[in-house]
Amino acid sequence: MTEEIIIAGFGGQGVLSMGQILCYSGVMQGKEVSWMPSYGPEMRGGTANCTAIISDDAISSPVLTKYDTAIVLNQPSLDKFESSVKPGGLLIYEENGMTRKPQRKDINIFSIAAYDESVKMNNTKVFNMIVIGGFLKVRPILELENVIKGLKKVLPERYHHLVPLNEDAIHKGMGIIKQEHTIE
Amino acid sequence: MSENNIISPENLVYSKTEVMTDRVLHYCPGCGHGTAHRMLAEAIDELGIQGDTIGVAPVGCSVLAYYYFNVDMQEAAHGRAPAVATGIKRVFPEKYVFTYQGDGDLAAIGTAETIHACNRGENILIVFINNGIYGMTGGQMAPTTLPGMKSSTSPRGRDVKTMGNPLKITELIAQLPGTYFVTRQSVHTPGNVRKTKRALKKAMEYQKLNKGTCFVEIVANCPSGWKMTPVQSNKWMEEHMFPFYPLGDIKVPE
Amino acid sequence: MKELRLMKGNEALAEAAIRAGADAYFGYPITPQSEVIEYLMMENPADRTGMQVLQAESEVAAINMVYGAAGCGKRAMTSSSSPGISLKMEGISYLAGAELPCLVVNVVRAGPGLGTIQPSQSDYFQAVKGGGHGDYKMIVLAPATVQESVDYVKLGFDLAFKYRTPVMILSDGIIGQMMEKVELFEQQPRLTEAPDWATVGKKPGRDSVIVTSLQLQSEEQEKVNLRLQAKYREIEKNEIMYETHQCDDAEYLMVAFGSCARISRKAMEMAREKGIKVGLFRPQTLYPYPYEALNKLADKVKGVLCVEMNAGQMVEDVRLAVNGKTRVEHFGRFGGMIPSPEEILNALEQKIIGG
Repeated sequence: MTEEIIIAGFGGQGVLSMGQILCYSGVMQGKEVSWMPSYGPEMRGGTANCTAIISDDAISSPVLTKYDTAIVLNQPSLDKFESSVKPGGLLIYEENGMTRKPQRKDINIFSIAAYDESVKMNNTKVFNMIVIGGFLKVRPILELENVIKGLKKVLPERYHHLVPLNEDAIHKGMGIIKQEHTIE
Repeated sequence: MSENNIISPENLVYSKTEVMTDRVLHYCPGCGHGTAHRMLAEAIDELGIQGDTIGVAPVGCSVLAYYYFNVDMQEAAHGRAPAVATGIKRVFPEKYVFTYQGDGDLAAIGTAETIHACNRGENILIVFINNGIYGMTGGQMAPTTLPGMKSSTSPRGRDVKTMGNPLKITELIAQLPGTYFVTRQSVHTPGNVRKTKRALKKAMEYQKLNKGTCFVEIVANCPSGWKMTPVQSNKWMEEHMFPFYPLGDIKVPE
Repeated sequence: MKELRLMKGNEALAEAAIRAGADAYFGYPITPQSEVIEYLMMENPADRTGMQVLQAESEVAAINMVYGAAGCGKRAMTSSSSPGISLKMEGISYLAGAELPCLVVNVVRAGPGLGTIQPSQSDYFQAVKGGGHGDYKMIVLAPATVQESVDYVKLGFDLAFKYRTPVMILSDGIIGQMMEKVELFEQQPRLTEAPDWATVGKKPGRDSVIVTSLQLQSEEQEKVNLRLQAKYREIEKNEIMYETHQCDDAEYLMVAFGSCARISRKAMEMAREKGIKVGLFRPQTLYPYPYEALNKLADKVKGVLCVEMNAGQMVEDVRLAVNGKTRVEHFGRFGGMIPSPEEILNALEQKIIGG
């Protein structure tokens, strides 16, 4: 198993930490992982993205141009990465603020209203955990218990009381993700 | 009285300190470096800290100072002595660390290192020899060259409009909270030599207190660079250098 | 028990410095390596091991602080990125000349000038061919993983002290910024005994120790140069490291170091899927360079593609190694652009197989 993922969105949406949580969860499950952020001026207020790779085997390139999965959380990211999904791959997008829907017919497309859900949960900070939940529902490559372990590694200890809330968010995400398009 | 009698121990009134080696100094006749070296060496000797002292030599006339001071020494790149001394002091906080630098080294190419070491209050002694000229490279203009003063790169005299003003770096250093003791001395008369030695000894002693950088400027003559006899150069120094660089303590511990 | 962590290359390297028993780190912030000093400041190793960490006023000051601490026989290091490394070159030359051990990390970004903060390998020449003035060499280690960034810190200090010479870890923005699983080695003790060449304070009965790179007499300076050259021959004999991937049946060969070797490996996997028998040769030491091993491999292949994030630097060493036995081509992206595996495969097909 090798899953090559690009996660992209605005800075502040938790894009980079989503990748880190997935990778740390991979470590907990005994996988090989790599996480590579975009860095530089674009970090400051613009769009941010990271490549997360989780694999049973040693990972060659940490930077890629084609991905098994693209998780895009804003319009510019959808515009940039829709074409980068491998044929037969997966695209997950956040509905909020999207003015143009994905067009590809040769990939599986899911949407997730993670922002609305986080508002309902009264905590927009768990937005990215809802998205992770949606992703894991479609691609169950990691066991939930390992994701929780990974989360505990990424979160500073003083925030560990928030772990149950985050776990709840993962479950919410698993429940609300919707298939928009299935490969013909 | 026979020669043997004269040199018998009870007749000795002066001997060279152990903290100076027996190597013959390469400095020009009449130059202030030799005396300044000896005063620092005697101060180290009298404090009994020869085995705990590490010195840093600069680039300039005193580049070979490590041949003359009988203490462990490092030779720094041009201007970097305060950074090298910082590196030494940070790994050996209990040692006595000094730099010995000329005006080009300390106040031109090494200005940043000087100011920042002093601003951090590194517990080191910086000995600054100010003779207003680049001696080693053959008498070029220094940051401390006086207005109108001739050098090989200011052959018609230093024009402050195009060549900048002499830098009173010692006054500048004294402004920094990191410095503990800042003074300006000279070694051109026996009285001044004694004062300089007292200042150097005090500065070395202060290192034990961990209160900050000690900075001792020694205004010195450069007969070769100034193209004067040693006697003329000392007179010229009194008449021209001292009015611009007045001797005395600039910052003393409260 | 081994300790597995997911760490950023720069942070892992900083942690490795503490664990390697480093005595002092002197640095100055510059993207993309500031995490090294940030991590150290946060970690406060003075409490853990007594290691000193100081943010200097400049890269120039930092390398000279390294000189001072190294002259005391301590394990001292600095890190920076390309423009800052250029500033350190004077100091590195002095360290080499005074035969002081130290570790310098260059997390390379693209140049010349300020360039960009994005990854690059355009400091290869500077690292392996000199950089500073005078006839000197620096051992250059090129990590391709976060794990190697960690392991090379310890190795780097060991080699630096074994040969009394500066060692550089030539990383880049990719290796520095990416996170991978790392196994951290156990805390090594800091040095307790000073070598006899170190300035520790003159002891009665021994001459004073002088740390210098100055010899005014040419006869004496030549002796220094000959001693340095003899040392470099020893290093070339003993310390070469490289890795080969699928070279046994290879008809074509790619040569790449650092992060580019990772991307090239992906290109190799893609080529193999298409039935192209290509292998990968990855030098881990860039100085000393594995000329002989590469020369032997050149006997068996129809062409060599050197892949770099620069306009063609290591390719000159590849050509020296191959020595005309087969064709050697270069493929590079530069200016902070990262070559994609697809581009590399394409270059292999166009320049080597079809060429």
